[in-house]
Amino acid sequence: MPTIAPVEVGGFVVRAGFINDIPYFAVGTGEVHLLGSQPQIVKAHKGGLLAAEPSFDQTGLVTSGDDGKINALSSDGSSQVLAERPRKWIDLIASGPNGAIAFASGRTAWVRLKDGTEKEFSHERAVGGLAFAPKGLRLAVARYDGATLWWPNLEGQPTELSWKGAHLGISFSPDGKYLVTAMQENALHGWRLSDTQDMRMTGYPAKVKSWSWSQKGKHLATSGANAAILWPFSGKTGPMGQTPLQLGVRSDALVSAVACHPREDVVAIGYADGMVIMSRFEDNAEVLLRRAGRGPISTLEWDKAGLRLVFGSEEAEAGIIALQD
Amino acid sequence: MTATQNAERAQIPVTVLTGYLGAGKTTLLNRILTENHGQRYAVIVNEFGEVGIDNDLLVESDEEIFEMNNGCICCTVRGDLIRTVQNLMKRRGAFDAIVVETTGVADPAPVAQTFFMDDDVRTASKLDAVVTVVDARHVLQRLEDTSEAEDQIAFADVILINKTDLVSAEELANVEARIRKINPYAVLHRSERCAVELKAVLNRGAFDLDRILSLDPDFLGQDDHTHECGPDCDHDHHHDHGHHHHHEEDPHSVKSISLTAGDLNPDMFFPWINQVTQVQGPNILRMKGIIAFKDDPQRYVIQGVHMIVEGDHQRDWQDDEDRTSRLVFIGRDLNWDVLKQSFAACEAK
Repeated sequence: MPTIAPVEVGGFVVRAGFINDIPYFAVGTGEVHLLGSQPQIVKAHKGGLLAAEPSFDQTGLVTSGDDGKINALSSDGSSQVLAERPRKWIDLIASGPNGAIAFASGRTAWVRLKDGTEKEFSHERAVGGLAFAPKGLRLAVARYDGATLWWPNLEGQPTELSWKGAHLGISFSPDGKYLVTAMQENALHGWRLSDTQDMRMTGYPAKVKSWSWSQKGKHLATSGANAAILWPFSGKTGPMGQTPLQLGVRSDALVSAVACHPREDVVAIGYADGMVIMSRFEDNAEVLLRRAGRGPISTLEWDKAGLRLVFGSEEAEAGIIALQD
Repeated sequence: MTATQNAERAQIPVTVLTGYLGAGKTTLLNRILTENHGQRYAVIVNEFGEVGIDNDLLVESDEEIFEMNNGCICCTVRGDLIRTVQNLMKRRGAFDAIVVETTGVADPAPVAQTFFMDDDVRTASKLDAVVTVVDARHVLQRLEDTSEAEDQIAFADVILINKTDLVSAEELANVEARIRKINPYAVLHRSERCAVELKAVLNRGAFDLDRILSLDPDFLGQDDHTHECGPDCDHDHHHDHGHHHHHEEDPHSVKSISLTAGDLNPDMFFPWINQVTQVQGPNILRMKGIIAFKDDPQRYVIQGVHMIVEGDHQRDWQDDEDRTSRLVFIGRDLNWDVLKQSFAACEAK
């Protein structure tokens, strides 16, 4: 039977997950809760914490806030300031290979290499999302009317991908063949990078704000509907012309967060009323993990072994769900 | 209208502050940020520097107009506001209300529409009032020179006529008459250096909506458009276009209308209001109403910007209240007679 260990946090849980296998909860109040053998609360930002992203190797956490700082937090609670943009609200971060990070505010994105070198990338309209490619130092920026692909270590023109509208979140498929964006409209857009073929993924009643690639990148699970919508990416043409899986269908609440299991074809699904379940791709078999609470689930993440799941809500609820006693 | 989730979670009230450069917005903002009024405000400004206060709930936001891919020509929202409101919600407990300052030349429509069109913003917050600060000494000139000044007045729920110490009583009366002609429904306050009670501009809520009921529609008149077109008039007299930028630049054409009726039939009213806003949306700046539906003990309140309409039951009609349905439009080139007749046709038999 799954068991829940509740965690007391004082605000909106922006991101929860694991660094060095230690559960963390990054909270909008500016605090990060680290639940190692000696639990501690680190005040990462003076004002609010706006974004948190595990490092590429999952050993540390990069956070940003409305104090304009980008901090690196280690699992032992020590931290250092990586960069600062006074008076800017830094609300987007991405972690890349070899200690590189990217962050953005307004229309500008920056890449900071491990040695502290910074490069600036300006766009005509607001940056909506950042993602590093799985291999090589390549940064994708979601923007108004499309996406831009930069090679931060090389001179030369970026690759521009166009599609009308405001593009927000952005993610590469784990094999690097596809780039997907979540839009201001209730839809996803995608490009097959080999030939920039467009892909439309529509039909959502709400914006897609959470997504997760399944093991080996065969499916992209998404929030924004009354079920977790999983688009197949295994064939040559990706999701085009295919029907997505719909898991955890409910009539009374939308899915607000998803996290695919790291080893099995199973997805954890969080709903707008605070309920959390997990569901198996193959046969829709469901297990209830948490009953409804006070507010929408804002973040869900598995540990590496797939035995523990952390969750957080917009209404200061958080916990660690263990699948084994 | 789709049911919003988590309706039990309180929506944060948002005040939108507009006004021409130099009218006194910054003075008012500084007061909101410094005065001891027991409320904590998150303030979104278009530029730091003018507001001389360091406050971690003060944020700068660059105007980012997003067009919506839904075929609606006037459906634009402020992408930067969506982002900032979502970021503020991560610190929900740190403030009680939000104030959004717009640039002097900003179109208020995308700002207001953001609070109706974006689901996340709508769930988290609600538009409390549009407050427009005007400079008593310069506003008449601004109205001649620009369409933005007129739009800002037309959009307002509350108008602060500032710098009244710099004009004579007669000039002030002229200013007020001109403003009333554009927007008879807004609450007017006179001030020097924005010295007005903050509760007169913040947290207005339903109070200002009720005002449309207390105004006498006959007094307001539908034919107060005194501009006589002559041969020197260079504005466009062809009224056969759905959306016409030239019209919006015409500084004379904003008018308002107040429609009244008894109990309405919802099966007639909703299709009608949807059709009116779809067809005439580009010309409608604001629309507000309080509706009595037949056999419905509750007041239904409705408001809109361009093609967007939002309505909800508010509260029970009280015994001493007259069950009157009242709907007001502020806009350009609207066909008043047709509106009047078709509204009357929605009355319950």
